[in-house]
Amino acid sequence: MRLLEVKELSVTFPTADGVVRAVRGVSFGVDAGQTLGIVGESGSGKSVAAMTLLGLSRGGTVSGSALFAGEDLLRMTEHELRTVRGARVAMVFQDPLSSLHPLYKIGWQITEGIRAHTDLSRHAAQQRTVELLGMVGIPQPGRRIDDYPHQFSGGMRQRVMIAMALALSPQIVIADEPTTALDTTVQAQILDLLHRLQRELGMALIIITHDLGVIAQTADDVLVMYAGRVAETAPRRDLFYRSHHPYTLGLLASVPSAVGTGRLQPIPGQPPSPIALPPGCPFHPRCDYRMNRCATEEPALIPVSDGSGHQSACWLPTGALGTTPAAHAARQFSAHRHGPVTA
Amino acid sequence: MTTDVLLRADDVVKDFAVRRHGPRVRAVDGVSITVHHGETVGLVGETGCGKSTLARCLTRLYELTSGTVAFAGRDISRLSRHQLAPVRRDMQMIFQDPYGSLNPRRRVGSIIGDPFAIHGVADGHDRQRRVQDLMKLVGLNPEHYNRYPAEFSGGQRQRIGVARAIALQPKLIVCDEPVSALDVSIQAQVINLLADLQDDLGLAYLFISHDLSVVRHVSDRVAVMYLGQIVETAPARQLYQQPRHPYTAALLSAAPVADPDRADQRQPILLTGDVPSPADPPAGCRFHPRCPKAQQRCTVEAPALVAREPGDDTHLTACHFPLDSVDELVPR
Amino acid sequence: MSTVPLQAVSPVAGDDPVAADIQGRSPLRLALARLRRDRVALASAATILLLVIVAVAAPLIAHLVGHDPTTQYRDTGLTPAGLPIGPNRHFWFGTDNLGRDVLIRVIYGTRVSLLVGVVSTLLAVALGVIIGVTAGYFQGATDTILARFMDVVLSFPFLLFAIALVSVAGPSITVSVFVIAFFSFAAVGRIVRGQTLSIREREYVEAARSLGASDLRIMAVDVLPNLIAPVIVYTTLLIPTAIVFEATLSFLGMGVVPPTPTWGNMLSDSLQYYQVAWWFILFPGLALLITTLAFNLLGDGVRDALDPATERLFAEK
Repeated sequence: MRLLEVKELSVTFPTADGVVRAVRGVSFGVDAGQTLGIVGESGSGKSVAAMTLLGLSRGGTVSGSALFAGEDLLRMTEHELRTVRGARVAMVFQDPLSSLHPLYKIGWQITEGIRAHTDLSRHAAQQRTVELLGMVGIPQPGRRIDDYPHQFSGGMRQRVMIAMALALSPQIVIADEPTTALDTTVQAQILDLLHRLQRELGMALIIITHDLGVIAQTADDVLVMYAGRVAETAPRRDLFYRSHHPYTLGLLASVPSAVGTGRLQPIPGQPPSPIALPPGCPFHPRCDYRMNRCATEEPALIPVSDGSGHQSACWLPTGALGTTPAAHAARQFSAHRHGPVTA
Repeated sequence: MTTDVLLRADDVVKDFAVRRHGPRVRAVDGVSITVHHGETVGLVGETGCGKSTLARCLTRLYELTSGTVAFAGRDISRLSRHQLAPVRRDMQMIFQDPYGSLNPRRRVGSIIGDPFAIHGVADGHDRQRRVQDLMKLVGLNPEHYNRYPAEFSGGQRQRIGVARAIALQPKLIVCDEPVSALDVSIQAQVINLLADLQDDLGLAYLFISHDLSVVRHVSDRVAVMYLGQIVETAPARQLYQQPRHPYTAALLSAAPVADPDRADQRQPILLTGDVPSPADPPAGCRFHPRCPKAQQRCTVEAPALVAREPGDDTHLTACHFPLDSVDELVPR
Repeated sequence: MSTVPLQAVSPVAGDDPVAADIQGRSPLRLALARLRRDRVALASAATILLLVIVAVAAPLIAHLVGHDPTTQYRDTGLTPAGLPIGPNRHFWFGTDNLGRDVLIRVIYGTRVSLLVGVVSTLLAVALGVIIGVTAGYFQGATDTILARFMDVVLSFPFLLFAIALVSVAGPSITVSVFVIAFFSFAAVGRIVRGQTLSIREREYVEAARSLGASDLRIMAVDVLPNLIAPVIVYTTLLIPTAIVFEATLSFLGMGVVPPTPTWGNMLSDSLQYYQVAWWFILFPGLALLITTLAFNLLGDGVRDALDPATERLFAEK
């Protein structure tokens, strides 16, 4: 049994303009010591999905299940969730400036978190805090526990957030855009830190990001989200080199670091509004290979290659993987034969 | 690519006073840079390096503390607002924030038509027609002339900004992080748009970004900034394949690459510490506290930005001990 | 099977017509829509409208009722002992100490209150906007002088100064309007100055300057439109303050000259008779209260409608 198994997670919000279906039937799982990368653009629902796991999305209607070591997180009461949050499943947010309380010393913030979940004395908790700050690479941790968040730089603050997340040795750490707000060189430091800590402590890591470069560097498995659903999921190399879903292919063709010196091939149009999703496959209006059925039937997530766990939610033939001429031809042929849709 | 110099900045310095009569922060410290007709010069650096400040100095949105800026051969460093008006037609700016760079209370047609109104080039129906032509050119629906910015997506708003910038057919556009706030797939659309416009209209760009892969993709030449100074400048391909400055090498190795094999093969050069603040720069070479190759000389003597290879004028480095190969920095 | 009209996927930006339909409204229209949903604000607006109608139709009402505001009806309007008569079928609101029809006087008082309240507010807002924008935009010495000036005005003990000014100039409607405007503009000015300070740092102002726009153009085209929302809110909230200010002035005998009725001077006259003529103090007071309340509630509603930050995330079920 996997450490975390999410099945058919759906989250909807009622708003003045209509019902927002932020997450629609998303399933994924992660094991100890493994890194899952969830990649998507704005509106894909990736952050909402993660926040919902810990009961942090307010006002939404949630369905599905999220089994964590056998217990369903989505069915827990707020009281039960509080014992899980921080202690067994921890979260690292994008902007450490707004996630740390500006008026309390960071040492205090961490020790309070520790003492809320354990019986450690204040002294013991402080020692653990110093140890944690050292572990995440903050120089002179003994002195810096008395500093306030504004006295740290962006990269240091993110390290503090990570220390806080690891304080109680959680089994899973969810990092939501952990490096987006940081400079490039600092980003590399933080990713390296997360990688090292994972190796040492053996926790499962879920990294949510829009940056395919971060995914290429850190993930074992990847989940690509679009319009609230999983478009494709695969082990890392399969996702980049043997992609199936046209959205994944489109993303890779529009990222300069993947494309190299050729011209970028951007995906035309823009992601749909979660209030007014197109019928059938949500990506079909932008897809180069759309067929007739794409406009009416939403494809289910099906395996496209044996055994590796590579799945794609697309009606294109399962053998067409990657950017080889053969795969491209197979897609073209399929699209030509079964489409386009006539108005 | 012609060899006519369009924009030349020499030794530009910009100080800010943090508080009135308080200590001054030197955001830009002696930067010299040139842009030729029709070329794209990339300017890359992290927070606090001064690239945005430099951009605003070059376009005279800020007053220079010292140094000169010459546009099309004419010294514009000290011109009054009135005298700058004709220059402003030829040198435009595109901003980073698609949500902040457009006035939310004005209609899009009016925003794009601003350059025509301000410089008295066209009005009434003529202006509307021209604005709609511009909208078509950047890929917007001209029927949305009367809409408000809030009704457009981020990528479309950036296109509105581009339309506004090209309205008077400038020669140079300074792009300050034009795609950083956009989604990946939209970034690519705007990058392609800028490239197409460059071909069609013969534009030159000064492209400022913190994203190395984007800069590499669009630029002919690249300059790397650190703490208010340019530390290296070279033709794009050369910079990325043969960086000479340790900071450039570290930056390149830190930039995420959406390619697992290359990411695995890459040797990370991790710098210690954080990006320092320009309020209190280190003595000597500003990079020395974080540099893996720093030596005694670096702590006292600031290196000049010069060509380190005899005969190669295009590749300038500000380092006492420039790299021959990136492997020198990889930890054993 | 339904045929779905596919959007033309153009090689450049596509445009999602469905999403565009949802958002096809200007910021002002969106605000009006929000306002329409606010029942309290609508009720207040209706009340104010009613007050305006009553004020405009005052002579007509007086004609219909058969009484006018300044005539003293000593025979029908006073008791044999010379005391005011309570509400009856001739005098719906009773009479005052001189036998005048309280109803008609309250109605005529509405004219004064609304006129003085609105005109002085508009004057104060115009002055405040001009001074505030100038101070906030140009900063430096201009700002220091103007801002200090506004601070000084705000710290005047206004009532004392009002009394002094009126003593010099003599009480009248015009003097009331100017006095009230003078003491109200600074509050508006400070808010406008603050807003201007933040607006001028926005990127679209930078963009305008990089296009070569003149300061005047930037102030008119870029700064002012973004001030409309807070200015409207402040105007709506300033009117009741002005009305009460006017009532205070008339209460002290510094405002409109009798026998012209205003709620303020009616309240002043009624104090001596409160034990024998409750209607004399009640109706003008009630009129003042209702008017002030209506404007305040409308102002709240307008603020909520114009400021999306206060809008709640989810619709009510």
